[in-house]
Amino acid sequence: MNNYFKSSFVILSALIFFSCSKSGKSEETIKTNYESNKDSNLIAVASPPFSEFIFPCSRCHKNIEPNHKRRELVWAHDNIKLEHDEKNRWCLDCHDANNRDKLHLADGRLLDFTESYKLCGQCHGPTLRNWLAGEHGKRTGSWKGQKQYLLCVNCHNPHSPRFKPLEPLPRPMKPSELRDTNGIRL
Amino acid sequence: MKKNTDLTRREFIKGAAGIAGATVLASCGLSGDALEAFLQKHFKELSNDEKAEILKRIEDECKAKYGKEVAVVGTPAEEGVLFAYALDISRCIGCRRCVYGCCEENNQSRDPQIHWITVLEMDKSEGVNLEKANSYYEVDKVPQPDKFYFPVACQQCENPPCVKVCPVKATWKEPDGIVVVDYNWCIGCRCCITACPYGARHFNWAEPKIPTDELNPSMHYLGNRPRMKGCVEKCTFCIQRTRGEEKKYPKCVEVCPVGARKFGNLLDPSSEIRYILANKRVFIFKEELNTRPKFFYYYGL
Repeated sequence: MNNYFKSSFVILSALIFFSCSKSGKSEETIKTNYESNKDSNLIAVASPPFSEFIFPCSRCHKNIEPNHKRRELVWAHDNIKLEHDEKNRWCLDCHDANNRDKLHLADGRLLDFTESYKLCGQCHGPTLRNWLAGEHGKRTGSWKGQKQYLLCVNCHNPHSPRFKPLEPLPRPMKPSELRDTNGIRL
Repeated sequence: MKKNTDLTRREFIKGAAGIAGATVLASCGLSGDALEAFLQKHFKELSNDEKAEILKRIEDECKAKYGKEVAVVGTPAEEGVLFAYALDISRCIGCRRCVYGCCEENNQSRDPQIHWITVLEMDKSEGVNLEKANSYYEVDKVPQPDKFYFPVACQQCENPPCVKVCPVKATWKEPDGIVVVDYNWCIGCRCCITACPYGARHFNWAEPKIPTDELNPSMHYLGNRPRMKGCVEKCTFCIQRTRGEEKKYPKCVEVCPVGARKFGNLLDPSSEIRYILANKRVFIFKEELNTRPKFFYYYGL
């Protein structure tokens, strides 16, 4: 009896260990609710908004040793001003240090830039839920049939996501300013 | 005593009225297409052949006036569709992109100016208070920190007061919920403008002017075909887009830079509009008037 318990304990721990090591595998793609409910009518239209000549990142980074130290960037990417929980976050919290052309989730799994919404959804869960339902963000295309999505980062700069104020278009004319073709007040 | 004459009183009056009418029309210079347009039947009474003929006539008129090929359609409502709209007032920043996008899509007169969408600027401290609202705000940047913005267009009421008051039935609610106007049937009495509690109907006080290069050539009879002086017009949920083959979203939804505008089929449980009604704090503008709008305002944040 005792032996029976022992052996089942060993098998159980082996199973747990195996499943943990498997889920920690970095190349595995994740299945979110979005993918399991994925409607073939939904497509992402816009590609990630990379700056010119910036992608693939590995073009420059393949010869650079990753530096994990949190620091101010001076000789590259110095145009990026991080205004996104900058006290607690830094480049390598989202960008992967070893595979420069990928992002990574908090648990280390790698993501393509085209799936960046999964990364955003780690902190902004309710927003991701609303986005998947079509409430947050903008859908274009067809109200019936193929709907087109924008990625989070197409509207929100991931390094500084708050919307910047815009210049409004001109105010409408007041009734007193309306004239007919002969210049006579209407 | 009753005399037996060849011409009854009724027949005489009929004949006289006919001759008088013809004289008036001739003296107005109405002939050919204009005369046909004047004598055309109500849109809902037209047979398919008559419709095709009228759409062709309007295409020709537009080509003659603007020197541009246009396509005018009369696509009917689709079964199982009831359009609805939702606008997130916690996101709208009052940039007026929708106002001008609508204007270009729907061939509104540029001079004198007609806008189907009015964006109201309101004080956050006041809430939705029309007495303190301002549609003529001029600022460098929007949103202003102490303001919120409240765009108003036709609410596509299920119980539309404008339709009730029209003395000639030139405006009606379509099966997909869009309230439309037959511009040719409208007599320009403006009763509907007075009846609408949302200020959503607009009158062509003068002959509308649209630059040829800005004319949108994809037109619907009940929507964005060029209007004439003396008729009333309003938002039609971009009927030429939403009923078109591609079932596009209205233009204002597409141009909104903050994604505050949502559109869909109220009868489709998976539409974003149903998600909003089920999950968000939704309110109806001037609910107490029992107009039952299919335009919902909500707070997404």
